[in-house]
Amino acid sequence: MSEYLVNIEDERLSFFTPAGEVKALNGVTIRVKEGEVLGIVGESGSGKSVTAYSLMGLTAYPGKLIGGQLYFNGHHINDMTEKQMRKMRGNEVSIIFQDPMTSLNPVYTIGNQIREVILLHTDKTKKEAQERAIELLKLVGINEPEKRLKQYPHELSGGMRQRVMIAIALACEPKLLIADEPTTALDVTIQAQILELMIELKEKLGMAIIMITHDLGIVASTCERIAVMYAGNIVEYGTTEDIFYNPKHEYTKGLIRSIPRMDAKEHTRLIPIEGTPVDMLNPPKGCKFASRCEKCMKICLTEMPPVTQFDEIHYTQCWLNQKEEMEKNGQAAPAADSEEAKGGAANE
Amino acid sequence: MSELVKVEHLKQYFPAGGFGSKKKYVKAVDDVSFSIQKGETLGLVGESGCGKTTTGRSLLRLYEPTAGRITYEDRVIFDSGDVPYTDESGNSEKDQNGNIKYGKKTAVNMLPYRRKMQIVFQDPYASLDPRMTVGDIVGEAIDIHKLAPSKKERYQRIIELLECVGLNSEHANRYPHEFSGGQRQRVGIARALAVDPQFIVCDEPISALDVSIQAQVVNMFEDLQESMGLTYLFIAHDLSVVKHISNRIGVMYLGKLVELADSYELCFHSVHPYTRSLISAIPIADPVTARNSKRIVLEGDVPSPLNPPSGCRFRTRCPYATEQCAAEEPVFREVSKGHFAACHHLDKVN
Repeated sequence: MSEYLVNIEDERLSFFTPAGEVKALNGVTIRVKEGEVLGIVGESGSGKSVTAYSLMGLTAYPGKLIGGQLYFNGHHINDMTEKQMRKMRGNEVSIIFQDPMTSLNPVYTIGNQIREVILLHTDKTKKEAQERAIELLKLVGINEPEKRLKQYPHELSGGMRQRVMIAIALACEPKLLIADEPTTALDVTIQAQILELMIELKEKLGMAIIMITHDLGIVASTCERIAVMYAGNIVEYGTTEDIFYNPKHEYTKGLIRSIPRMDAKEHTRLIPIEGTPVDMLNPPKGCKFASRCEKCMKICLTEMPPVTQFDEIHYTQCWLNQKEEMEKNGQAAPAADSEEAKGGAANE
Repeated sequence: MSELVKVEHLKQYFPAGGFGSKKKYVKAVDDVSFSIQKGETLGLVGESGCGKTTTGRSLLRLYEPTAGRITYEDRVIFDSGDVPYTDESGNSEKDQNGNIKYGKKTAVNMLPYRRKMQIVFQDPYASLDPRMTVGDIVGEAIDIHKLAPSKKERYQRIIELLECVGLNSEHANRYPHEFSGGQRQRVGIARALAVDPQFIVCDEPISALDVSIQAQVVNMFEDLQESMGLTYLFIAHDLSVVKHISNRIGVMYLGKLVELADSYELCFHSVHPYTRSLISAIPIADPVTARNSKRIVLEGDVPSPLNPPSGCRFRTRCPYATEQCAAEEPVFREVSKGHFAACHHLDKVN
């Protein structure tokens, strides 16, 4: 068994749609230790959800894994049958979805839905399951749990439903909790409650969390490691400090520059990332971010950049970093010349 | 600077079931007053269901307000007839016999005003007709208001507008589905600009966009304001964006305005307990600051607007609430110059 709870090696995954192949993941490597909180940030369509879903085998047709090895908690996900997978889901790994309004079944009571998980994965009797359900609701901070168990999802508010989702996810004390935009559909004051609850529960139960979000503020306050994704690649990976105080990739830098700061004393103009997100049906050759990158070089347009490792943890996928590192180490820079190729990019 | 839009005691109730005397209403906006100066941006923030969008729409009379008076450039465009005129210090004006002066019941034809007041909607996927080309979407307003005498001029105007929002002439013949979210929002903005308005209600214009695109659109709003002298009512739930773009900010809670102040003042010297918790709940994109800052986490959820709490509507979640809060509704009053708040316990909060 490896030292990592989650070990995704060079995962490649495509969706074969009628319009053509969409390469959702192009060689994604992610490792999560037990009890660690990893944040995955990126725009819609960057592949952040798909990465996490594939761990649970939730990327059904037309999605297909076309390369890479996925290990979780000693399981080799690639070889698992659907039956084995079902045993694992909800037991060792569980997930909280973005929209608590649609992820609970409207025709069953809350109690029914919590007990279902417990009865499915443990030998508990119905009575014990009921007790456990009450315990769980107390854990996630819901008052009058006995009464709530008899209620239907529509009787609860958004924040409450998300708490119920968390209770269901935690029913079997999973080793890993995947939170896919857990607070996007909630209001800020409720978001603060839910984030606080998740971190509190993590300390109490010691599970690892993969937090998928597009909000840099959320990862800053909750995560230890951050992976920044763009168009199916992890363009930068590092500790929270690395990403916020020492970002190396132009996309990460751009993201941090482009958000308005609440604590800014004066009005400063935002610096946006120009251009539009990549069309995943016809992705460009080379670095996917090249067409929006201010420091784009010729080589960026033709070849995918290799991984540049700064220290044990922090790495990027960018030619610019590669070049700088090589020059620093006294090696010859990559063959391509470093002249501005922006004009060439724009003409395409 | 002069007042461009003035809203007094605006109420917007929506019927929600019940018959006869038991008829229930959702009081989406309940007695809200504010004014917007020419050339400024007024931000409106609050959680979902607090009535910020309804305020924006009622103000444009997309909904017919239940009560209140709306004035645009000194002309009353709506008056329900039961709102007293007030002088500058907030006292009701009286006629010679000592009776309170009310406005005359008015509801003007909005068509001429639509040329001056426009709106940009939240969802760029739902607010553009999928069967119309972008050129026609933008051109529709030009046709309705007869702003272009010939087809050629209409076309030129459309191209001009598209270029104004960072699109180009070849986009005019395409359909909305061919565009990304950010581009669609630009089309929505071009449509609003087509009639050369003075005032635009921006109803969560960036919340459906990706992070890297949001800054582009925010900058565009700022540029357009500068070049065309626009006035905005900027509605959003994201306080950090609102703070960035607004001169003044109003905070709403359950249909009421709870605090209104200059944006710097509001973010750093807020006085209302709700505003404070709202500000502290925003996740800061800076790990060290985030770890060191203490969040004021509010208990519970927003109560149902169908039967809001008596007195101060925030009292069920307020750490300072007393019996007085349940009995009396706090008055929205001026705390310091240009800074308004509605709370009984401002001295305790500070």
